Amino acid sequence: MKKILGIFGLLLAICALTSAMNPQFLSAYNLQNIIRWSALFGVLSIGVAFVIITGGIDLSIGSVVGLVGCLLPWLLVHHGWGVAPALAFVIAVSLGIGLIHGLLITKLRLQPFVVTLCGLLFYRGYARYLTDDQTQGFGNGYAGLRTLATGKPCTMAALAAIAGGVATVFVGFRLYARRGTAHGAEQGRPLGVALAFSVLTLVLGTTAMLFDVPVVSEIRAPTPFLILIVLGVLASVFLNETVWGRYLFALGSNEQAARYSGIDTDRMVVLAYVLCSLLAGLGGVLFALDVNSVQPAMHGNFYELYAIAGAVLGGCSLRGGEGSILGVVIGATVMRVLYNSINLLEIPTQLEFAIIGAVILLGVIVDELAKRYLAKRRRERERG
Amino acid sequence: MSAGPVLVARGVGKRFPGVQALDRVDLTLFPGEILAVVGENGAGKSTLMKVLAGIVAPDAGVIELGGEPVDIGSTRHARELGIALIHQELSLADNLSAGANVCLGCEPRKHGFIDHRAIRERSRAALARIGADYSPDVLVGSLAIGQQQGVEIAKALSQDAKILILDEPTSSLSLAESEHLFAVLRTLRAKGVSIVYVSHRLGEVEALVDRVIVLRDGRNSGELARGEISRDAMVRLMVGRDVVIERSASTACGGEPVLRVAGLRTAAHSGESVSLAVERGEIVGIAGLVGAGRTELLCAIFGVDRPLAGEVWVAGKRLAAGRPQDSIRAGIGFVPEDRQRHGLFLELALQANIGFAALAQNARHGFADARGEAGLAREMMSALSIRASSPEQIVGVLSGGNQQKVVLAKWLATRPRLLLLDEPTRGIDVAARQEIYAILRKLASGGVAILFASSEMEEVLTLSDRTLVMHAGGIAGELAHDELTEEAVMQLATGSARVGVTP
Repeated sequence: MKKILGIFGLLLAICALTSAMNPQFLSAYNLQNIIRWSALFGVLSIGVAFVIITGGIDLSIGSVVGLVGCLLPWLLVHHGWGVAPALAFVIAVSLGIGLIHGLLITKLRLQPFVVTLCGLLFYRGYARYLTDDQTQGFGNGYAGLRTLATGKPCTMAALAAIAGGVATVFVGFRLYARRGTAHGAEQGRPLGVALAFSVLTLVLGTTAMLFDVPVVSEIRAPTPFLILIVLGVLASVFLNETVWGRYLFALGSNEQAARYSGIDTDRMVVLAYVLCSLLAGLGGVLFALDVNSVQPAMHGNFYELYAIAGAVLGGCSLRGGEGSILGVVIGATVMRVLYNSINLLEIPTQLEFAIIGAVILLGVIVDELAKRYLAKRRRERERG
Repeated sequence: MSAGPVLVARGVGKRFPGVQALDRVDLTLFPGEILAVVGENGAGKSTLMKVLAGIVAPDAGVIELGGEPVDIGSTRHARELGIALIHQELSLADNLSAGANVCLGCEPRKHGFIDHRAIRERSRAALARIGADYSPDVLVGSLAIGQQQGVEIAKALSQDAKILILDEPTSSLSLAESEHLFAVLRTLRAKGVSIVYVSHRLGEVEALVDRVIVLRDGRNSGELARGEISRDAMVRLMVGRDVVIERSASTACGGEPVLRVAGLRTAAHSGESVSLAVERGEIVGIAGLVGAGRTELLCAIFGVDRPLAGEVWVAGKRLAAGRPQDSIRAGIGFVPEDRQRHGLFLELALQANIGFAALAQNARHGFADARGEAGLAREMMSALSIRASSPEQIVGVLSGGNQQKVVLAKWLATRPRLLLLDEPTRGIDVAARQEIYAILRKLASGGVAILFASSEMEEVLTLSDRTLVMHAGGIAGELAHDELTEEAVMQLATGSARVGVTP
């Protein structure tokens, strides 16, 4: 909870700083773009979070994005496949990739770093070979399919009002159910914060819907953002509420203890890699639909690092056993906002990586120092 | 002992958050003596040793070496002063040779490069002092645990240690290795090295040491000279009262056995097979020396290791080999030997740990029952008197005894019909130990079958209705309640007797 608030604070700080220096940042067009791109990267970050929570890593994400991004237009345009079989095929490919990673890591006991590094090289090379390094695209066709990435079905205000309303009812109900239980109060605190945020979202959304607030009421919600919300809620429920999700955390915390507690740890690890590649594949589809011009040698390069950086910024520990979906999504957003700021503030783009690297490092250092400071204060308090 | 003491600690105090670990503790060590420091867990032994070795800075008190007050400050300074602490967990580099480990941190050099020949010579001399029969070129990782400990002692000696502190040195040694260690320590004593020996194993203390200092709750509670040392005397000072081993009556119910094992063979002892049975409500102990195959047997029954051959039947149903999840479904719980490595999620909350094994059982449509879990945790905390501030407390901060109870609670939450326990009270204090015995006995009287392995003779004597003694992978004999004596167990365990075994 504290971690999420911390990264959220960092996000707000970067936004405030950039908008102070260039008001363009707050234009409806710019915000819409940030939201769309954050959502696309958020999908990848959610995927890698599953793997990182089990204590693993997946370096092949960018290449999977590239491979899927090439395959989809290649199948549709060059080979005249129907939309449904082509989508099914690329999703099956990403599933298969995750399965192979998982099996190599569990059955042959290979290191995740090595397996997925080889994947990174292999899928990129294979995509370039398949397409003969020719740029792939959908041309002017497939407009319906492309709205999956480029569509803007409703205003953000309406979305906020609906999502805030649903969350308010849901969280409120859970808080109500806790009422009266012996230790309900102490457990209810994070829920209380969640309720406050839900109500705030509902109120702001409704206000923006009813009154014509400049800029805010204009922003429309990109389809990938809707997809991200659905995926995020599903992933969050899966991780926190289901038995399998709990197994994933336990596995990352202490694999041996999980095995001694009767968990089929191999199966859970395979599951994590399958989910990761599946989301990478889904992300690959969306990215390809969005850019409509896929260069086999470039498309998706470094995306695994953005995804991993987003997950780590969002509170995942690379040691495993730690992390939350909300944090990861905010982490991915920070990455995109940074990128956007660099463009808007006319910082030379050559510095892009240097700045992103410096900000992540700073964030991690501040987090570590804050953790130590809090631990020290707690110790002092206990000492009296 | 005409010479003055080599080391005097006076009024040593150390406070940790929430606990006074040491309170005005005195300790005097003479040249060429072996001094034992004993006490329950949490009595302050380890902290005192860490103070002497410069790992922990005391809040109060004076330490004098050879009559001069010293401020030890750091482990490096401690080594320079000639004090070496040999930890329970050895601190060797597995991937280096024995010689390189002996000289680690003070490598002889020639023209700025490491002088390998000098390392070999120096370490060979040091290893010879401890009677090692292996070359300094051997990789430490390939040595047995007792030999590794020898390397650590040789390392201390090569740095001219005058005072050797050993913290639970025999906890993972076999009987033969322990005997060898004692011989080494006696030789060193004869050469004037002073040794502080910290151990839970009072039998060893009785046989080995010249003097005993007993700590209780961070204070000196007494001292025993050579002639006064006895197990009873030590225990009295440790707990402040007389402890009698109380053996409770068997609660075995007879009938169809809950567990039946037939012809089980494990990879560690492929030549021997084990057959056994445990009834409802019966507590069966497995005694034997370290390396006799007890842990391997329990792991094979539970399924975390796949046996080479053999059958495991629980309540009349045969278990698939190597599938712990099936064992749990059949009603088995397994408390492993190493709770931190195999039993607990140290960074997770108490309730997540307690509810973990029963997660699938209590789930609805794959969703975890979070609220039920909190209730379950509270129930277990009061039933097993687990001392923690709340079910949300992180398990890693609890004491060993409470952690062990959490592991136990994790399995009780699955309502098992058979509980397997490997060293059920390893490294926990006498009071917590008695609580765990009472819990197990109560479970048995409720019909749970219990099979436990233990290296502690007292534990086997206290707890078992029937005892199986293992030797070299097989069952050397079976002792009924009234045949059970320490001597009978030791005879079977060392392979000097073999009694007809019922399959």
